[in-house]
Amino acid sequence: MLEQALSGVKVLDLTWHIAGPYCTKLLADYGADVIKVERPGEGDPTRAMGPFFKDDPHPEKSGLFLHLNTNKKGITLNLKSATGKKILKQLVADSDILVESFRPHVMPSLGLDYQALEKVNPRLVMVSVSSFGQTGPYRDFKASEIVEYAMGGEMYSTGTAGREPLKLGGNVIQYQAGTVAAVATMGALYAAEDQGTGQHVDISIMETQAGSADRRIMYILSYIMAGVITTRWPPPREAVRMLIMPQGVYPCKDGFVNTLSLPQWWSRYIEALGMPELKDDPRFQNIYSAEAGMEFDAIWYSWLADHDKQELFDIFLKSKIASAPVNSPEDLLKYTQLKAREYFVEVDHPETGKVTYPGAPFKMSETSWKIRQPAPLLGQHNEEIYCRLLGYTREELMKLREGGII
Amino acid sequence: MAKLPLEGVRVVALPVVFAGPFATMLLADLGAEVILVESIHHFPTITRGYMPKPPQFLVPTTGATFGGSGGIQTYVDHWAGDRPWDRFVMFHALGRNKLSCCIDLTRPEGVEVFKRLIKVSDIFFESNAADTMEKLNLTYDVLKEVNPAIIYLSMPGLGCSGPHKYCTVFGAQLQALAGHTWLTRYPDLDYTTTQSLIFHSDAASGATAAFAILCALRYRKRTGKGQFIDLAQLESVIPHLGEAIMDYTMNGRVQEPLGNRHPFMAPHGVYRCLGEDKWVAISVSSEEEWQRLCRALGTPPWSKEERFSTPLNRLENQDEMDKYIEEWTCRHDNYEVMYILQKEGIAAGPVLDQRDAFHNAQLASRGFFEVVSHREAGTHLYPGMLWKMGSTPLSIRKPPPCLGEHNDYVFKEVLGMSSDEIAELEKKKLIGGDEYIMESIF
Repeated sequence: MLEQALSGVKVLDLTWHIAGPYCTKLLADYGADVIKVERPGEGDPTRAMGPFFKDDPHPEKSGLFLHLNTNKKGITLNLKSATGKKILKQLVADSDILVESFRPHVMPSLGLDYQALEKVNPRLVMVSVSSFGQTGPYRDFKASEIVEYAMGGEMYSTGTAGREPLKLGGNVIQYQAGTVAAVATMGALYAAEDQGTGQHVDISIMETQAGSADRRIMYILSYIMAGVITTRWPPPREAVRMLIMPQGVYPCKDGFVNTLSLPQWWSRYIEALGMPELKDDPRFQNIYSAEAGMEFDAIWYSWLADHDKQELFDIFLKSKIASAPVNSPEDLLKYTQLKAREYFVEVDHPETGKVTYPGAPFKMSETSWKIRQPAPLLGQHNEEIYCRLLGYTREELMKLREGGII
Repeated sequence: MAKLPLEGVRVVALPVVFAGPFATMLLADLGAEVILVESIHHFPTITRGYMPKPPQFLVPTTGATFGGSGGIQTYVDHWAGDRPWDRFVMFHALGRNKLSCCIDLTRPEGVEVFKRLIKVSDIFFESNAADTMEKLNLTYDVLKEVNPAIIYLSMPGLGCSGPHKYCTVFGAQLQALAGHTWLTRYPDLDYTTTQSLIFHSDAASGATAAFAILCALRYRKRTGKGQFIDLAQLESVIPHLGEAIMDYTMNGRVQEPLGNRHPFMAPHGVYRCLGEDKWVAISVSSEEEWQRLCRALGTPPWSKEERFSTPLNRLENQDEMDKYIEEWTCRHDNYEVMYILQKEGIAAGPVLDQRDAFHNAQLASRGFFEVVSHREAGTHLYPGMLWKMGSTPLSIRKPPPCLGEHNDYVFKEVLGMSSDEIAELEKKKLIGGDEYIMESIF
């Protein structure tokens, strides 16, 4: 019986930072056997990135690393050495998928490009995740979260009119690239299992942004099809609006709520506010009036000021208005809906003990998402992989260690 | 020549707004036959327009006229035409490679046709509010009776169980609930004056849903078993905010928004350039890069000041440092800044508006845009594939479908109905495509 959807899929993971590791985390959390290859000594650079457990900057205590590398086995390997390359090829021969996120010149310079690895394993799915792709004039350019959002994503229209374009919080562009990469990887795996066709998949983070749903793809096409340039917009109080109902973020008693209105929802607002008399109010007979919007705002702001954000959420839920509190990470951890669905999970790790992590991005009725093991310590599975899987002896392992290969 | 990865896989889909259409687009790109089941009785708001026949005054003419989200409310050439639902740009953006048929799912005869289609399909995909399928009595329990091996994915905002299951949420609300609104703000403004109309959850949950389907497909291939996938859009985006979550669970710290800044990189931000509303993003990740940046700027005297001498000093004195950097960027075109700094190995790139993105050399050289001809919209270049595959190259094989365009294919070829049967369905207005039969909301 197959326990998980991806049980039996063997993944060799040469990725680092966020995008690549999130791709392989998705595969690992749904059952794939992922071997994460890190450079000897420092390992994945995210080990040196915070937040750290109890703010202790220790390579086994990076929350970012721990989150991104659940369910992976970790080995160290120096890919620059001839022995390291030989070992990597041995691992490739036994893998279905190889994911790497080096800059495009790296794998070819190591003699480990797709053409070389295909010879070792013709059914190999090799996935390369890079900032701009394996080809083109920007191929070797450097990028970062903010640069990728600026160029690939919809940064131009993010933020307030009159101000500079604004980055989205966190590193979501990297995660999005990782998620898209997981889709591409699974598509290629499906072809490999179905038709025996291996291949190289080339993922440009810039393109995963330019083609992703919110909202770059639509805005670019709106420019192409209608010449529309979509730019940053004033906040609700200053914006010319289309409806009398509110749109956007508004202050309430203890924070903020975000509201979205559709034209047909006027009656729901009246109900939510408990003001049935507004139905016949001559001021509010045309819902497409900006002036009436100003009048309504006065009522709306003072009503919001009397309620806290969770209370408002309950009222909006009842009236079926799309509105939600602006949660802090703390609010999110305490959110009743997520508790009821047992979303967050506790993961035990030798260096941190039990810590709460984000849980399954989706629930499958027949197969599970689960944490089989926490993120690996640096080189934790060297012996298991090199000795038990590849058949090296303890002595050979010692030599590899002394030679700086692992 | 190899087949496309998902050739032969049939997906029946009822996707709305952004996330569902995005997910099914990724499956269609991979070669799946995605059949949209649409309705001529129910108009899907924000999917094929905001209303079936918008008055011309509601059709935006420039991006700045309409809530700052002009780009999602646009019609081809600013003209809604006789079939506005086929000219709505947002539908075009996510509609490629899909087919459309129309079935009225609110009448028993329509449901019968729909079930026949489910019987010969592999996947049923829907992204409606949690009560929609219940009201239509087309839940997993019902459809698995029809086809036990069906893979059924629902992706309501907050999931298929729990006290807030029926909560009405869109991207904006998911963004707020997930804590992403919290983290996306100018540090000197509050949430009501920081306007952000970009909601990451749609992109995140759409791609995650496509991944979920592929997981279930593989499982089915090996076991023959279908299954139900419960994807809460909120839950699929939370892992994308892992650092902030972990900081809270490990340290009890509630992260505050940094705007365009970074916890440890400086300089890190967006700087004004020559021209109207032109900007460049720059990030410097090491001491070595800082030295190279100074060199690229001509080693100005300020760069040697004590207060900018270490990463920590630069982090602490960013406001002053950024002013100096901006004095330099202001004299240059944003692409020029990119080329100057990239030559020095520094991450820098222009904030590309939609026009600049369309004309961008990197996207062009990789063939990102593809030519598509559409019956109602004419011929344009469309944004294309999100990745390149060596052995099974993907492309835009079919233009976004007109409403009901593939009725004949679906009913005749897939379901084997006779012309008489189809005519009967049309007569009863169970299927169609030329008009929405509904009361106008005006």
